[in-house]
Amino acid sequence: MATFGSFALLIALVLAAYNLLAGAVALRLLATGQRAFISPERLADTARRAGIAVFVAVVAAAFALVYSAFTNDFSITYITEHSNRALPGAYKFAVMWSGQEGSLLLWALMLAAYGFVLRLTHKMDVKLYAYAGTIMAAVQVFFLAILNFAASPFALLKGQIPEDGNGLNPLLQYPEMVIHPPMLYLGYVGFCVPFCFALGALMMRYPGEKWIRITRGWTMVAWLFLTCGIFLGMHWAYAVLGWGGYWGWDPVENASFMPWLTGTAFLHSVMMQEKKGMMKSWNVWLIFATFLLTMLGTLLTRAGLVSSVHAFAQSSIGMWFYIFMLATLCVCIFTYVLNRSHLQSDHHVESLVSRESSFLFNNLVLLVACFVILWGTLFPILSEYVVGNKVTVGAPFYNTVAIPIGLFLLALTGVGPLLAWRSTSLKSIRRNFVPPFIAFWAMVIVVLAAGDRPYHDGAWDSGQFYALVAFSTAISVLTAILSEFLRGGGVIRKQTGKNLFASILLLTRRNTRRYGGYIIHIGVVVIVIGLAGQAFNRNEEKELNLHDKIVVGPYTLECIGFSDDSNANYNSQFALFDVYKGGKKQFQMSPEKRVYQASQQPQTMVAIHSVPEWDLYVVYEGLNPGNGHPIVKAYLNPLVSWIWVGVLMIIGGTGIALFPSISPATASLRVPATRTVPTEHATDGGQR
Amino acid sequence: MRGRKVTFWLKAGQALALAVAVCFTLGATSPESRFTNLNHKLMCTCSCAEILGECNHVGCTFSTEELALLSTGLDAGSSDSVILDSFVAKYGAVVLAAPTKQGFDLVAWIAPFAVFAAALLGTILLIKHWSASRPQTEPQMAIPEMDAMRERIRRETDEDGGFEQ
Repeated sequence: MATFGSFALLIALVLAAYNLLAGAVALRLLATGQRAFISPERLADTARRAGIAVFVAVVAAAFALVYSAFTNDFSITYITEHSNRALPGAYKFAVMWSGQEGSLLLWALMLAAYGFVLRLTHKMDVKLYAYAGTIMAAVQVFFLAILNFAASPFALLKGQIPEDGNGLNPLLQYPEMVIHPPMLYLGYVGFCVPFCFALGALMMRYPGEKWIRITRGWTMVAWLFLTCGIFLGMHWAYAVLGWGGYWGWDPVENASFMPWLTGTAFLHSVMMQEKKGMMKSWNVWLIFATFLLTMLGTLLTRAGLVSSVHAFAQSSIGMWFYIFMLATLCVCIFTYVLNRSHLQSDHHVESLVSRESSFLFNNLVLLVACFVILWGTLFPILSEYVVGNKVTVGAPFYNTVAIPIGLFLLALTGVGPLLAWRSTSLKSIRRNFVPPFIAFWAMVIVVLAAGDRPYHDGAWDSGQFYALVAFSTAISVLTAILSEFLRGGGVIRKQTGKNLFASILLLTRRNTRRYGGYIIHIGVVVIVIGLAGQAFNRNEEKELNLHDKIVVGPYTLECIGFSDDSNANYNSQFALFDVYKGGKKQFQMSPEKRVYQASQQPQTMVAIHSVPEWDLYVVYEGLNPGNGHPIVKAYLNPLVSWIWVGVLMIIGGTGIALFPSISPATASLRVPATRTVPTEHATDGGQR
Repeated sequence: MRGRKVTFWLKAGQALALAVAVCFTLGATSPESRFTNLNHKLMCTCSCAEILGECNHVGCTFSTEELALLSTGLDAGSSDSVILDSFVAKYGAVVLAAPTKQGFDLVAWIAPFAVFAAALLGTILLIKHWSASRPQTEPQMAIPEMDAMRERIRRETDEDGGFEQ
């Protein structure tokens, strides 16, 4: 199987190289009008077909690796290092992304899958797709070259083949780890598609903004996958690492967050280009930056550039990435300089207080946030280089610097929709801003009355202060967004006579992009509320004997047993608790600690009881070596489940935004005949 | 009438400010808060890359030793800066969870805000420049039909805030 996999990768590289060369020659012939032995259209089509075949070859290689994991083929070094016989079936798939070589193969697989779809849908715009496909082939050549020459997943083991492997990293032996990395990679790799379209459109001086509309769906899908990947990672960190938190500002977490920020900025600013012909250069550079940041993220994860808890996939392929990123940057700059005249804006922002300027400020804040994270991630390297002193840039730095920026961005989320295009009148500001303003101050009073104390013990508590601002801003933004729904729904209700809920539903269906976007914003607000709850976390740590109790918040946990267990994959120690609230037994919890047989590495299995107010989060830390009693840490983490609910809302909102709006004709057909109003009113409730 | 309205809003503002100030200063004290605050400014040095107060490895000799050192410093009545300095002297600068606000480390703190301020200022100036350089259109002659249409559009779009997306 190793030979089969190696050949599949080699064939994939040859096909991708052909796609790149033939595609480039064909596009050159088309651009210059030169004659050749084969028509450029035909040559471009053979290149496209080679690109489709790359997918088949990479799927074959991925199959070979997974098959080798399932058949315990320890003649392959990668399988020996990342799998073992007792590993459960689902985690055999996770073997593929548990190490350097496999995760690069996953990158190549995802890229080939995106390329496959892109090349199959080429009829939407044959020439633009040919450019995008050829650029994508260049990226594929890079990854396939690494897989063939620098980090082969099918390298054979030297010496005697062992009976069993080293096993999968315990941190990866968790159900979410079967989907978190593929999701994250789908997001990372997905941004390659709009990058290819943007670069291609710039190279061919594509007329109009159609390329933006073509890539919008791709960008949103990539953004959604990256969002899901990031939040799955957060949930995994919360449920597995056992420190009670979900985001540690680890360099690898930061690496996934940076392209998300620039991708989000791009999704907002392309609206300006579509509607007003503005920010063309800006958008091109945003998507270039997003792609380069996905590469930087992969570099940070793989090359050990910065120290991270994600140490499971480090090696020395950094130089490949440096060269590729530098080459990509040079191509981007060269193409931009050559064709920048094509990117002249049709209009400019006319007023500071307008929807356009709010988009501009939104972009500005997102990019500053990205800079802050990049700066914090790379500052230890800079400090070591400049003063020879390595420092840590951890959570306190980001909490101080990034949280205010995040809150400002949240406020903009509420302000933006309240502003009109071009310029907003004072009357309109007064009318639209009063409800959010009142909601903000009402929430300040409610939160303070509920016990938030930004100033106590003679000092400021920044956590509680930010929580106060976050809750109040979140409610204010929520009021602004809901008032948008109510106002639009009210207009439709007047026109159609439907009830308000049905009117809002119709309103959303008539402009899925706008109202789907608002639902995404509501999801963000819900997430911020969940994040702000962290300021009120409580925890208790105790060494427990049988029937000892530990109290955290309203819960009392009584230890009714502690024992150990063993299977072929791991040994485990666990404790069993009866949980009481208000003197009544409510439920049982059983936190666990495992030590995996193959790797002899430990892993925490946290017990979590989640309700909307809080999570009861219990960690079995291990046995006291002195007396054999278990040590348990119980946390009460307020509002954590709101974060996951917010993510579901984002997924739902993105789904709605991706769905095409119903056309005015369809809309008017659905309005009962007796209530049909003149077309100019019925089309969009005055929204368009 | 207008004066009465202004007075009402001023009084409402005063009452709000008073309520907020009262709530702000009603702080409950916690004896452990300084210990928690400090152990969240330090890293565990066992290479787990976790904040000292959040290292949950049973038997981690590094965090146990560091927490003991922190307790000793607090019991001795040392100030926060003296305690943190003693950690740096013993474990090196990497023990601090964030850069200090001295020397080159200060750059880490200043750069984000400087970039933010510069970008904000730059954007405002750019928009001002764009709006100032916008070609002024000649005032159009009054056409009753156009005025009526403008008024109708204004009325209709005002109903939903005049927004479009």
